[in-house]
Amino acid sequence: MLKKRVIPCLDVRQGRVTKGVKFKNNIDLGDPVELAVRYSDNGADELVFYDITASAEGRPIDIGMVAAVARAIRIPFAVGGGIANIADMERVILAGAEKISVNSLAVRNPQIIAEGAAAFGRQCVVLGMDPVKSAKCPCGYEVTTRGFRERTGMDAVEWAKRAVDLGAGEIVVNSVDADGTRTGFELEITRKIADAVGVPVVASGGAGCPEHLRDAFLEAHADAAIVAGILHTGEYTIPQIKSALDAAGIPVRMRWC
Amino acid sequence: MIAIVDYRAGNLTSVKLAFEALDCPALITSSPDEIRAAARVVFPGVGAAKSAMENLRSMGLADAVREAAATKPFLGICLGMQILFEYSEEDGGVDLLGILPGRVRRFPSVPGCKVPQIGWNEIEANDPRGFVQTHDEYYFVHSYYAEVNPCTVATAGYAGVEFSAAVRKGDLFACQFHPEKSGKLGLRLLRSFVHAPSSEGRA
Repeated sequence: MLKKRVIPCLDVRQGRVTKGVKFKNNIDLGDPVELAVRYSDNGADELVFYDITASAEGRPIDIGMVAAVARAIRIPFAVGGGIANIADMERVILAGAEKISVNSLAVRNPQIIAEGAAAFGRQCVVLGMDPVKSAKCPCGYEVTTRGFRERTGMDAVEWAKRAVDLGAGEIVVNSVDADGTRTGFELEITRKIADAVGVPVVASGGAGCPEHLRDAFLEAHADAAIVAGILHTGEYTIPQIKSALDAAGIPVRMRWC
Repeated sequence: MIAIVDYRAGNLTSVKLAFEALDCPALITSSPDEIRAAARVVFPGVGAAKSAMENLRSMGLADAVREAAATKPFLGICLGMQILFEYSEEDGGVDLLGILPGRVRRFPSVPGCKVPQIGWNEIEANDPRGFVQTHDEYYFVHSYYAEVNPCTVATAGYAGVEFSAAVRKGDLFACQFHPEKSGKLGLRLLRSFVHAPSSEGRA
């Protein structure tokens, strides 16, 4: 039976992993490679790295970091932030990342999804999206870009379906309302998207306890869930989260040693 | 030396890095001569079967791969496993290398089961050489699967289908999952492959 994935997320700022609340108040958490190894050894099913300052600083993603992570761990990882074109994607893939996550870039240039899928396979192309509640859109959620700063007028579910048609192999649904606040995932829009598309959907933003992941899997039909703050601060370990999910009857990978 | 066959079917970096993690240098190559000279051959691959078959032919690699699969420790991974079979229903139908008996089919559409299957799945295994064990969990990414066949040594289930998670024919072992991305169990499998004696060397 396919397992539900637990995916630690590492926000990288100037070569260090940081964690902010609602994309602000960043604190230093350590070296990306060290944290990647620790989480991998402790049962992470996959990792995701966001180079959160690359776009703002107008520089490409830190390929040296991607290559160092690829050398250090033997589980899949995705990389996002600072991807501007197909050449950037190729550098990330050749450095050893399994997947590339595109978000604002795909809104500006949806064809990048098709180009990435054609060049590397759909499984490599992840669409990240930042929906916010909005009465203007039929599904009740509107896509935003640039870290929730700009509204697009695009319906979140329609965008997800279009991205999959273009070639996205997976969709990460972020929530600004929940990110860093640990009040749980945004279940409603995650479920709407998970039920609307035929590719895996990853719930992201807001995990405060194992029950939140359980809800993402059972109520929002997510295939994977991202955790960040509660791991980074040591409040929970991955084995604790997975044991709780296992006890709740959710299939998770329990043997990693 | 271990040769990793490069036929422009996906990224080989993580396969190479995994062997390096075992202190086993591996050579990524598109040369039939280097494949013939290698002690062990790894045949990875992700992507579409049709273009992969076209690449194997146009790059002059099909015979070298067939030869290696029949004569030395050989490890197929993902698409590199599927291509060993006779036929795939991908892209309206593709004839494959025909080294193993059986067909490759697409997962059916089942509510709640996304295609591709992406993630960790648990296997049931019966491999005479113990490369994989029942209850092992490995990382899978695929939309097509090889049917269970006489060479199947491990199975897994998805979308209501029991499929071949791993197959063996003598020194040839091939898996649908990605050992190079499957944590410590994946490394264990790669180590078994690296240390497996070849039948040729036996009495």
